Amino acid sequence: MIRLLDPVAALGRVTLNLVSFLGELGLFTASAIVGLLRPPFYLRNFSRAFAEIGFFSLPVVAMTAIFTGMVLALQTYTGFSRFAAQSAIPSVVVLSLTRELGPVLAGLMVAGRVGSAMAAEIGTMRVTDQIDALSTLATDPIRYLVAPRLLAGVIALPLLVLVADILGVAGGFLVATSRFGFSAADYLHNTQQYLHTADVTSGLIKSAVFGFTIALMGCFFGYRSRGGAQGVGSATTSAVVAASILILALDYLLTQAFFTA
Amino acid sequence: MSECAKISVRGLRKSFGTKIVLDGVDLDIAPRTAMVVIGGSGSGKSVLLKCILGLIPPDDGQILIDGEDVLTAPTSRARALRDQIGMLFQNGALFDSESVWENVSFGLLARGLIQRSRARARAVEVLAQVGLGETVADLFPNELSGGMQKRVALARAIAAEPAIMLFDEPTTGLDPIMGAVIDGLIVDCVKRLGSTSIAITHDMASAGRIGDRIAMLFDGRIVWEGNAAEVRASGNPLVDQFINGRREGPIKMALRR
Repeated sequence: MIRLLDPVAALGRVTLNLVSFLGELGLFTASAIVGLLRPPFYLRNFSRAFAEIGFFSLPVVAMTAIFTGMVLALQTYTGFSRFAAQSAIPSVVVLSLTRELGPVLAGLMVAGRVGSAMAAEIGTMRVTDQIDALSTLATDPIRYLVAPRLLAGVIALPLLVLVADILGVAGGFLVATSRFGFSAADYLHNTQQYLHTADVTSGLIKSAVFGFTIALMGCFFGYRSRGGAQGVGSATTSAVVAASILILALDYLLTQAFFTA
Repeated sequence: MSECAKISVRGLRKSFGTKIVLDGVDLDIAPRTAMVVIGGSGSGKSVLLKCILGLIPPDDGQILIDGEDVLTAPTSRARALRDQIGMLFQNGALFDSESVWENVSFGLLARGLIQRSRARARAVEVLAQVGLGETVADLFPNELSGGMQKRVALARAIAAEPAIMLFDEPTTGLDPIMGAVIDGLIVDCVKRLGSTSIAITHDMASAGRIGDRIAMLFDGRIVWEGNAAEVRASGNPLVDQFINGRREGPIKMALRR
């Protein structure tokens, strides 16, 4: 009889763990947001995080955007030429990039690069007692470590995505003009004609949400890591996986909110 | 004794799941007294310190500082009481991303006790008190040896001239000579500042050097307390086995359970 109830007990354990995890995440997020709104503000920590996310991620995001724009132009030409609709290449490239691919790909690249680094740094601070040391030196660790990173994520990722949008369009432009005989003026005219402000702003709002999510996951999993190097390693993996999945899920929800409401 | 004690711990209990770590710890430390808590690995010494620091909430009991219970005091009052505490962590816990002088002046800046423009000079003064010159001020923790890191951590702990100092295994990871040097610095700092201190250790040589009184924690309780000079004649079989490092005796290692 007891064995028969084992699956029920296991289900109960999983449910309790999930509720506990979500509660912990909710409290952590609330503390971090309060830390953003109340002094002291740690501008030096914000600047460091901003440089890490915005400046040092620029090369990888730029490469991703250029190649994505180029591939998009190639694929669009291959598909649309069957219906003699090649002229749609500029609009497909610019709308795909600004609405979807710019924010999502930049978000995924930054999650891999910066989310993991945040989790590893804060996780190491946790397992070497540096976070406890902060508390003993009259400093709230969440306000000091987490709030500046969240703010940096929210501000830096949209700026990165803006650059990614421009470079992605440039990639498409390069392929369309060099391989498919588009004139530069026509390509730019078509791009401009079909692009609306809402396409860009929706992508930037998405990227701000993704920036917050990446920083939150990196900080949260790092902050709760336990048990030395192995704990830090698993926190890093969890941060990247959670941020990546959340980016894709939030992208769907935000797209639905912006374009089907 | 608790009326005149600087720190009193009363009936402190803490469990993690089914494991009882502290099972009613009672301890009084008079002002300007150096108390050393000894005990085996996993006996709850670090948990006791973390409860006093407010890093781990105990399940039950009282922690009185200057007669006020920090566990029931309003948050701002509890923070003010705990602001009297300086802590030396087992492995230093220096901030990797900050230079030595920034580490040392961190608490002073966080409490608004000093302007940033004055912080480096003040840090250099404190570093001198632990035998380090100005040349190390601009280095980062990963550029220092273990002994130097410990000194910097000690400088950080004493920078705000705390009334209470806590030391977690101060000589762990150091060679015997450097251990003695660190112990000497601890004694000097505590005496000069007139602080009340609690050190936890299982290094009996270190305990003898830095402690006025010694208490032994076993099975979550204080099983013996007395003057440091009396520890070898305590008459307590648990203390005798521990300080002499005997395998046989009333303390059974976890491996045997």
